[in-house]
Amino acid sequence: MARIELQTISKAYGSVEVMRDINLTIEDGEFIVLVGPSGCGKSTLLRMIAGLEPITGGEFRIDGKRMNEVPPRDRDMAMVFQSYALYPHMDVARNMGFSLEIRKSATEERVSKVEAAAKTLGLTDLTKRLPKALSGGQRQRVAMGRAIVRDPSAFLFDEPLSNLDAALRVEMRLEIARLHQRLAATMIYVTHDQVEALTLADRIVVLNAGDIQQVGTPLELYERPANKFVAQFIGSPTMNILSVEQSGRGVQLKDGTVLQLTNGSDKSSARELGVRPEHLNVVTPEKAHLSGVAELVEHLGSDTNIHAKVPGVGQVLVRQHGHFPLKAGEPVDIALDLEKAHLFDADGRRLAA
Amino acid sequence: MRAYRSSSSVVVAGKYIALGFYVAFALFPLYWLLKIAVTPDKLIFTDGTSLVPSGFTFENFSTVLVQTDFLAYFRNSLVVSLGTAAITTCIAAAAGYAFSRFDFRGKRLVIAVMLITQMFPLLMIIAPIYKIVAYVGLLNSLTSLIIVYTAFNIPFATFLMQSFFDGIPKDLEEAGMIDGCTRFTALRKIILPLTLPGLAATLGFIFTAAWSELLFALMLINSNDTMTFPVGLLTFVSKFSVDWGQMMAAGVLALVPSCLFFIFIQRYLVQGLTSGAVKG
Repeated sequence: MARIELQTISKAYGSVEVMRDINLTIEDGEFIVLVGPSGCGKSTLLRMIAGLEPITGGEFRIDGKRMNEVPPRDRDMAMVFQSYALYPHMDVARNMGFSLEIRKSATEERVSKVEAAAKTLGLTDLTKRLPKALSGGQRQRVAMGRAIVRDPSAFLFDEPLSNLDAALRVEMRLEIARLHQRLAATMIYVTHDQVEALTLADRIVVLNAGDIQQVGTPLELYERPANKFVAQFIGSPTMNILSVEQSGRGVQLKDGTVLQLTNGSDKSSARELGVRPEHLNVVTPEKAHLSGVAELVEHLGSDTNIHAKVPGVGQVLVRQHGHFPLKAGEPVDIALDLEKAHLFDADGRRLAA
Repeated sequence: MRAYRSSSSVVVAGKYIALGFYVAFALFPLYWLLKIAVTPDKLIFTDGTSLVPSGFTFENFSTVLVQTDFLAYFRNSLVVSLGTAAITTCIAAAAGYAFSRFDFRGKRLVIAVMLITQMFPLLMIIAPIYKIVAYVGLLNSLTSLIIVYTAFNIPFATFLMQSFFDGIPKDLEEAGMIDGCTRFTALRKIILPLTLPGLAATLGFIFTAAWSELLFALMLINSNDTMTFPVGLLTFVSKFSVDWGQMMAAGVLALVPSCLFFIFIQRYLVQGLTSGAVKG
């Protein structure tokens, strides 16, 4: 069990600074997901926590003790790699028990721990196999087993599911969630997949270009994104962003439509309006804020995504629950749920409600 | 469909013919070596170029083994080749690992210099090498050969080993280090077992190179006691005649250790040991 603190952490390669001023406290037993587009520094941050990458500035503490210079083997953390990194010349059982072997724990203890982990992960029949004789999903399980056997104070996951097919990914995601419930250990999980982030995390850390954009629970990020980047990164399909300017107590769209926003924030600096596709509705013409033509209609069964072109405003995506009988080329009238709309200023910051 | 199949079978047949031709071409000298070695002395010239010897004898072999210094040459060559192969492989493995895994100041320079050493014809540096070896008093010793061969083979062996280390994912060591290894333990327990094919290939390569080296052995060794096998072979050439039968018999015997060595290491040369480590 561990409380992990990152204080003004920075990372530079030579003179190139790739991360700066990272502050984050991870509580004991918390499931933290680091999420962001590729190249945002999330894996680098995880590797710094693991000790595989030197920290160039700031202080990293576990349970209050400075850990910057402590080698990975003494940090008591287990890591699941994106590539699984199974030892190819060792069978499954030895792969899982390797950390105990290195730490010279008693053979009986090792065998029983490996057996227990193999049982939890459904690997009991495979313990004598070499990694090359395993499927992708089984290798993934072995990599998880290797982490579980150690009973570490924190688990680190570096995009562990990105090499699996969609169905397996969902299954393993559930398994990781169950594991966290059962072990109640601190977990830090890196992914670029927002669905994984939203489903697994106690708190999500959104990173972009080496900076923390926002830290919060999945719902906080969804309902109160700190800025346009978070607003567009979290939620699928992506939030609609429409250019606006202040007009009296509301805002005006490019085509002249005035929207009377009910929230009381100062709208003088508002430049853009963000509305999630699920907060748009196809309505009768007299109730509509926007009128356009459906360019593309995606029937997904549970939902219908309507890509509409609104003259003077641009492309708008509407998500309707269930099957919606609309064809491409037909006119469509759209109402916005103004209570759930967000305003952003010129720098992309969200204006507080 | 039928036309396609017949054309593909022509292609296959063509491939086998080309392969067969190549194999015959490569193996013919070896066959000739063996043929002359088992032909009785008096028949060598009368047989001429006929492919099958008209007589058969092991006399050349027994003469070589009993009446010449062949066994001493053989032992010297073995010492030099094994010594060179072992020392070179150890140094090259360490250097190759460093080149593959670490970034350090002067790395590119060292690599460049190592490449440059491979660009000179050996003939150019024979005289200076001779002077140096004479100066340190190592002429006529097997040690001098081991040192010189090691020095010449290290650059190539290092590049070879580096490419083997490059083929092993870094993730494996990192996983090991997180699992509780120091970098050295990770190297010993995880990387080393996976590099065995590479080590075997390097050992084999250097062994054969040292086994057949003539130029330096000829320059640095004069006394009969320390002659290596290629130099020793020349003693079958006298001023007025060449003792073909014995020379070829000695040649056949000299092939034996190389063959044994490769039989011994060939199981490590089988690739695919690293498959399954990471998702391909």
